[in-house]
Amino acid sequence: MTAIAKDFPAARLHIVTGKGGTGKTTIAAALAIALACGGRRTLLVEVEGRQGIAQLFDVPPLPYREKRVAVAPGRGEVLALAVDDEAALLDYLDIFYGLRRAGRALRKMGAIDFATAIAPGLRDVLLTGKVKEATTRTSEGKRVYDAVVLDAPPTGRITKFLNVTAEVGGLAKVGPIKSQSDGVMAVLRSSQTAVHLVTLLEEMPVQETIDAIADLSATGLPVGAVFINAARPSLLPAADARRATAGRLGVSRVAAGLELAGLDGKALAKPLTAQAVEDAQRYAIQNESRERIREVKRPTYELPLLAGPIDRSDLFELADILHGAGVR
Amino acid sequence: MTAHAALDVDALLSDPTIQIVVCCGAGGVGKTTASAALAVRAADAGRTVVVLTIDPARRLAQALGLTRLDNVPRVVQGVGSDSGGQLWAMQLDMKRTFDEIVEEHSTPQRSRQILSNPFYQSLSSSFAGTQEYMAMEKLGQLRTRGDWDLIIVDTPPSRSALDFLDAPQRMARFLDGRMLRLLAAPAKAGGRAYLKVVGVGFTVFARVLTRILGTQVLTDVSAFVGALDTMFGGFRERAEATYEMLCQPGTAFLVVATPEPDALREASYFVARLYADSMPLAGVIINRVHRSAVAKLSGQRAETAAETLEEMGDQELTAAVLRIHVELMFTARREQRLTSRFTKAHPEVRLREVPVLTGEVHDLTALRTVGAALAGEAG
Repeated sequence: MTAIAKDFPAARLHIVTGKGGTGKTTIAAALAIALACGGRRTLLVEVEGRQGIAQLFDVPPLPYREKRVAVAPGRGEVLALAVDDEAALLDYLDIFYGLRRAGRALRKMGAIDFATAIAPGLRDVLLTGKVKEATTRTSEGKRVYDAVVLDAPPTGRITKFLNVTAEVGGLAKVGPIKSQSDGVMAVLRSSQTAVHLVTLLEEMPVQETIDAIADLSATGLPVGAVFINAARPSLLPAADARRATAGRLGVSRVAAGLELAGLDGKALAKPLTAQAVEDAQRYAIQNESRERIREVKRPTYELPLLAGPIDRSDLFELADILHGAGVR
Repeated sequence: MTAHAALDVDALLSDPTIQIVVCCGAGGVGKTTASAALAVRAADAGRTVVVLTIDPARRLAQALGLTRLDNVPRVVQGVGSDSGGQLWAMQLDMKRTFDEIVEEHSTPQRSRQILSNPFYQSLSSSFAGTQEYMAMEKLGQLRTRGDWDLIIVDTPPSRSALDFLDAPQRMARFLDGRMLRLLAAPAKAGGRAYLKVVGVGFTVFARVLTRILGTQVLTDVSAFVGALDTMFGGFRERAEATYEMLCQPGTAFLVVATPEPDALREASYFVARLYADSMPLAGVIINRVHRSAVAKLSGQRAETAAETLEEMGDQELTAAVLRIHVELMFTARREQRLTSRFTKAHPEVRLREVPVLTGEVHDLTALRTVGAALAGEAG
C-alpha cells in the first residue's frame, strides 16, 4: 500500500493548483514523472496557454497533440498536452456537428473567440472536458493513461474553473453542452479525481491554500494532498536556532570559531551572526506555517528547495523524492 | 558593479506632474504590497493619494483599514499627517463597478432589466477580462473625480501581465462588436439582406451556437444588447479613453518582478510592450533580492572555512553560520546573473533592487519599511 494509493486509492486524475509563484507547474511535472515510474504512462496537461511544461522540460512549444516529453525510471513515459481553447472548441464542433471545415472559417472571423467569450463557462467546460476525455479514454479495453495530471489555474480561480456545471448552468439548461458539463462534473466530483494544492511555507500561500480547501470542499470537489514546496532545512543546530529566534545567539562564540578557521572573527562575526538570526527567523516562520497546514488534516508531501532555477533534471530529483514518499 | 541606471522612487512619487502610477507584473511578485507601500510613502511625503488595490491579502487590507468593501475610497488614518498629505484606499469590486456603470447610464427600470439578465450576470462576474476592464474603468472614475493628485493602481492577477492592457479593449470590442449585435438580432435583420451581410458561415455558426447553448442564451443576449444599445454605445470609447490616458506623460508604469526566470520573462514582455505602445515606463522594481552584508567573504572561502571547522569538530555553530553565508552568496550570485541578463536585454530601463524582508506586512509600520526599501533606503 503506497501513500498516494492509500490516501486516494482510486485517483487517476490529479489536479494541481496553488498560489502563483509556489511552483505548481513544477510539482505537477514531478508528480507526472513519479506516477509514471515502473512502466506506466501518464499525461501532463496545461490549460492556460503559458507553455510552462515545454519550458520546464526544455522542449519546443507543445502543439495541441499529446507528445512524449520524458521517459520515467523503469520504462514509464510521460506525455504532455497543451489544451488550447480554440482548438478544443473546433474539436467539439467537429465531434458533435461535423463542422471542422466551417470551424476554420469561423476561426478566421473571430467567431471562436467570440463563442468562448459569450459563455465563459463554455471555455472551461471545453478545457476540463478534454482532460476528462483523456482520463477516461480506453483503447482495446485498456486505459490509455494510468494517470492524468493537470497543471490547473491558480488557487484564486480553481473552484470556479472546476465547478463547470454551476458556470454553465446559468447559461445552458438543456442541450449537448449541458450534458457535457454534467459528464465532466461527475468525473471531477468522483473519487477518480483529487485536487492537490501546492504551497510554500509562507503566510500568504498557506492562507490561500486553507481558503481554497474550504471552497473546494464546499463545492463538493475532492480535495487531495498538500504539497509543501521549497522547504528549507535549518542549518543551525536546534538549540542554537532557538537561541537565534529569541535574539540570543552569541557573537563571541562565532568569532572564536571564525578565528579557529583562520578568518577575521572580529570583523565577520557580527554580520554573519545577523544573517544566521534572519535565517532562523525565516525557519521559524516555516515551522509555524507547517503547523497551520497540519491543522487542515490533509496528507502532505514535502519537497526541498533546490538550488538555482528549476530545470529538467530537477524534475526527476523531485519525482524521486515523491516516489520515495510513496507516490506511485 | 551594476551598470544600469537606478530608479529613483522618491523622485517619482514627489513629481507633481505624475498623477497615475500603475504597478504591473506577474502574479506573486508583491505588486499589491508594493502599491500600498508606495501610496503610504507618497502620502507621508505630502501628496494626496488614493490607492486602488485589486485583491489584497486579508492582513494587508486590514493594514489599510479596508474593512468595508463598498467600492469607494476611504481615508486611511495615521498617514501623512505631518506633511499635509493624505492616503485613501479602496479595493476593487468588479461586479459592483459594472453595476454602477449600468445604473449611471440608464433609467432605473432599464437598469433593473439589465442587472437581472442572466447573460449580464455571467458577463459581469466571470468574463475573462472583466476585472481588468473594471480596474481601468475605476481608474478613469477616480481620475475624473479629481480629488487626489496621485492615483496608484495595483493590477489584477492575470494569466499574463499584458492582460491588464489588452483585456479592456478586447472586452469593449466584444460588447461593441458586430458579432454580438448580429447574434442578438438575426431575426430583426432577417432574410436575404442578413445573409448578404454576414455570410452563410455565420448563419451556420449562430445555429450551432443556439444548439450548443440553447435558445435561452441567445434570447438573453438579445435582451441584454437591446437594453444596452439605447443607453450607451460607448464601451469601446471608454476603454480607449482610459488607454489614451495611460499613454500620457502624467502616467508612470512600474513593472514589479522578482529575480526569478518566470517573473523576469513577464517583466521583459511588459517592458517591450510599453515601448512598442510608447507608454511611459518609469522603471522596474526587482523585489525580494537576496544580498549579503558580508559580500567580501566569498562563498568559496566561507565553504572552506566551514569544512575546516567541521573536521575539527565541536564547532557546529560557527560552521552552520558559515554554511548559511555560503547559501546566501550562492543565491545572490544566481539572482545577479538573472538580473544582469535582464539589464543586458533592456539597458535603458531604470532599475531598483529591493532586498527580501522577513515577516509579513500587517500594519502601516511594516508598509513604511517596505516603502523605505522600495526607495532604496538601507534597512
